[in-house]
Amino acid sequence: MSNVVLNVNGQTHRLDIDPATPLLYVLRNQLYLNGPKFGCGMQQCGACMVLIDGKAQYSCTMPVSLAEKKLITTLEGLASTQGKLHPVQQSFLDEQAAQCGYCLNGMVISAVGLLNTSVHLDDAAIKKGMQRVLCRCGSQARVMRAIKRAIPTNKK
Amino acid sequence: MTTNRRSFIKAAGSLTVMFSLEYTGLLASALTMNNLELPEVLRRNPSLSAWLQVLTNGSVRVFTGKVELGQGLCGAIAQVTAEELDLKADKVEVVIADTRRTPNEGFTGGSFSTENSVLSIRYAAAAARRELLDLAAAVLMAPAEELQMADGKVSFKSGGRSLSFFELLEGKKLKSEIRLPLQLKPKEQYRISGKSVHREDFKQMVVGAEMYIQDLRFPGMVHARTISPPSYDARLISLDEAGLNKVAPVLTVIKDGSFIAVICEDEYQTVKAQQHLSAQAKWSVSQKTTSAKSMPELLKSLTVITSKVKTASIVFPEEAKTIKAAYYKPYVMHGAIAPSCAVARYKDGLLEIWTHSQGAYPLRDTISSLVKIPTPQIHVTCIRGSGCYGHNGSDDAAAEAALIAVAFPGRHIRLQWSREQEHSWEPYGTAMYMELEAILAMDGRIAHFRNSVWSDAHYIRGNPGYLNLEGLRANPVVQKANPAGSGGYRNADLYYAVSNQTVTANFFNGPLRTSNLRSLGSYANLFAVESFMDELAAQAGIDPFDFRIMHLEDKRAIEVLERLKRTVITLPKEKNAAIGIAFSRYKNSAAYIAVAAQVKVHPSTFKITPVKLWAVVDVGEVISLDSVINQIEGGMIQATSWTLFEEVRFEQKTVNSRNWASYPIIRFNDIPEVEVEVISRPNEKLQGVGEIAMCVTPGAIANAINRACGKRIRNLPVGEQLKL
Ligand code: FES
Ligand code: FES
Repeated sequence: MSNVVLNVNGQTHRLDIDPATPLLYVLRNQLYLNGPKFGCGMQQCGACMVLIDGKAQYSCTMPVSLAEKKLITTLEGLASTQGKLHPVQQSFLDEQAAQCGYCLNGMVISAVGLLNTSVHLDDAAIKKGMQRVLCRCGSQARVMRAIKRAIPTNKK
Repeated sequence: MTTNRRSFIKAAGSLTVMFSLEYTGLLASALTMNNLELPEVLRRNPSLSAWLQVLTNGSVRVFTGKVELGQGLCGAIAQVTAEELDLKADKVEVVIADTRRTPNEGFTGGSFSTENSVLSIRYAAAAARRELLDLAAAVLMAPAEELQMADGKVSFKSGGRSLSFFELLEGKKLKSEIRLPLQLKPKEQYRISGKSVHREDFKQMVVGAEMYIQDLRFPGMVHARTISPPSYDARLISLDEAGLNKVAPVLTVIKDGSFIAVICEDEYQTVKAQQHLSAQAKWSVSQKTTSAKSMPELLKSLTVITSKVKTASIVFPEEAKTIKAAYYKPYVMHGAIAPSCAVARYKDGLLEIWTHSQGAYPLRDTISSLVKIPTPQIHVTCIRGSGCYGHNGSDDAAAEAALIAVAFPGRHIRLQWSREQEHSWEPYGTAMYMELEAILAMDGRIAHFRNSVWSDAHYIRGNPGYLNLEGLRANPVVQKANPAGSGGYRNADLYYAVSNQTVTANFFNGPLRTSNLRSLGSYANLFAVESFMDELAAQAGIDPFDFRIMHLEDKRAIEVLERLKRTVITLPKEKNAAIGIAFSRYKNSAAYIAVAAQVKVHPSTFKITPVKLWAVVDVGEVISLDSVINQIEGGMIQATSWTLFEEVRFEQKTVNSRNWASYPIIRFNDIPEVEVEVISRPNEKLQGVGEIAMCVTPGAIANAINRACGKRIRNLPVGEQLKL
């Protein structure tokens, strides 16, 4: 066990924990967050995505000790403090871009990460950027529409 | 977040919600003669309060014995309730299968849930409307015709005094029995039903609210993992537990024959313990000889139970020149994105289980005989999981958690399967093999049709023998039977008007564990039938659309095809690409669908690219338009994945498809565009929509590939690249 300091969704948490614990377990079990999900634990499905310093990354294999001194944002932390949804969350809602919704965390976080890198995205670039995230329900066509809708230059 | 958590756990049933208010209502309305048209479950449970309650805050709570599988069932139920009671849809709260709270509606299958449950709730809401109006008429001393209902209140049409549902009931329960005749709202007056209503649950999903089985947390909850054998037939020889406590602070290790589980306070410590024990466990070694036989040969070599599904009155003229083709579909996984999970607690003689199973009551029966605790002392609560598309590891995880809880009483046990466990231990959709044969008449019509299908079981739930656990325990309860069922030959006969049809089903007991997967045998059977239809059309020299239409008599069937034809016929030709089509009436008695697939075949690498899929569907009455579209879009994409990529690989009794690398499914790069047209028929019976896209997609893709490059697909999966 050791002391680990995490910055998650703008708050600092001090934890006494096995430093090898994957970040995902810490977020879910110690911080009671539900956004990041367990899907494989082996970087194959993207269900566990979180933003680390603005980039979408797997949390299922990252030891919590490596997440120190970084700004971690989960699905819960995307909306404004007044509760206004992030534009990507809003466009997923508008497009009803899910079925069971289990993959939604990975989809939204990856899309935010992608839009953080560039706003000039064609279909091929979106697909490439979303390649890491699996959906069993076949919601990907809706996810494509939602992401396109969230691109600022596409706003009507 | 705290209030949310509380209400979530409450909804999940950890606090028993009881209504003890005394009932002193008015006399029940007149009973009527003929209730045979009511759904069977309503005839068994006619008490209105079992289905619908009015809450203090002006909302209505409805109870369904079915579960939300991501198909939007809760949304559809909220819509019909809101419609009959003139409420807003967000004023309806839906409680899913729970042995303490909801009626017993058995299992939730993709297509039965909407048909039956939604109808039951519609009748329940209509009965509630009548009771509330009657109550208001008595209180307001006015004939019911002078009253109106809106936003949870009853008032005079002329304005003036109004009473909320809650005031009308004065805190009491609804007391009617649901009986016919019942005045349902005329469909022309629908405001919500048939429209695209945004699903309420999406608002919670996008902010990461607690809603899945994986999100359940109870005070003092501990974490369990199981240690699985390397193959179906491996049995535990020894387990060295020395040194385990150096790896992780373990609360206990549970062993029962070859079943092993470990519990720790912390989840990650449990994972470490699981990994350690997996490495220490010595198992009897399973044989791993690769069979020289191809899969179709292997399936055909198995002992079968044969049933005659359809026998033509005119004997198939064996001497005539026939067209023959055989098709193969491999074992396919459910492949839920979340590995199975369950929570259980055994305390003071009461066993509580939280599960994402498709049926609370049937699972309770199974677990009861497994742990030898009578059903009244077992509560099963269904909580949503990730999209399962049939019987995956859910029941196994629930039963294992129950067994662990009984062995380690007092605290909530959370059992989470690993990705590898879900991949290698879920019951798959069976491999199938189909031999088709036909004779064409001079005019190009099909004169004779013959189909022989080979299939394993599509349904194994029932006695505890269907659980993995039973094979592993020291004293198993019952062994697996071989239930041959209609799932294997679903859609094996033609919906086309061909009078001479002979269909035979051959059920084998295959090498892998199987159970129901979205659309059962229809996926394989219609892959075969609809590919064969194109082969026959080519022989007859008739366009595939026209060839199908000339064999159809049902106007609704013809309409989906004609509309699809109008959509795709005007499209410009794309280089190296072609369009293929397929049609089905699901189960030959339910919803209609026609699908076109545009597929590109790279001229030198033979890489397959699914470009776009179009569907035209007729599902009778539509409750939620966007849910229908969503399920068809998703179904076409999932079926594209099955068709192009998916096959469970195994040797003897060892599954080699153990994660998303060894069992890949579709990723974004291969996602086709999708477009859905829905024909709305408000006055037709509503039909399940969940499974229908699966069956037509493989045929459409295979036919497109054939038209693009001449290659005929007879074995699935197609593969990323064509094998020429
Ligand atoms: S859970 Fe992290 S990638 Fe699957
Ligand atoms: S919506 Fe179910 S896994 Fe994506």
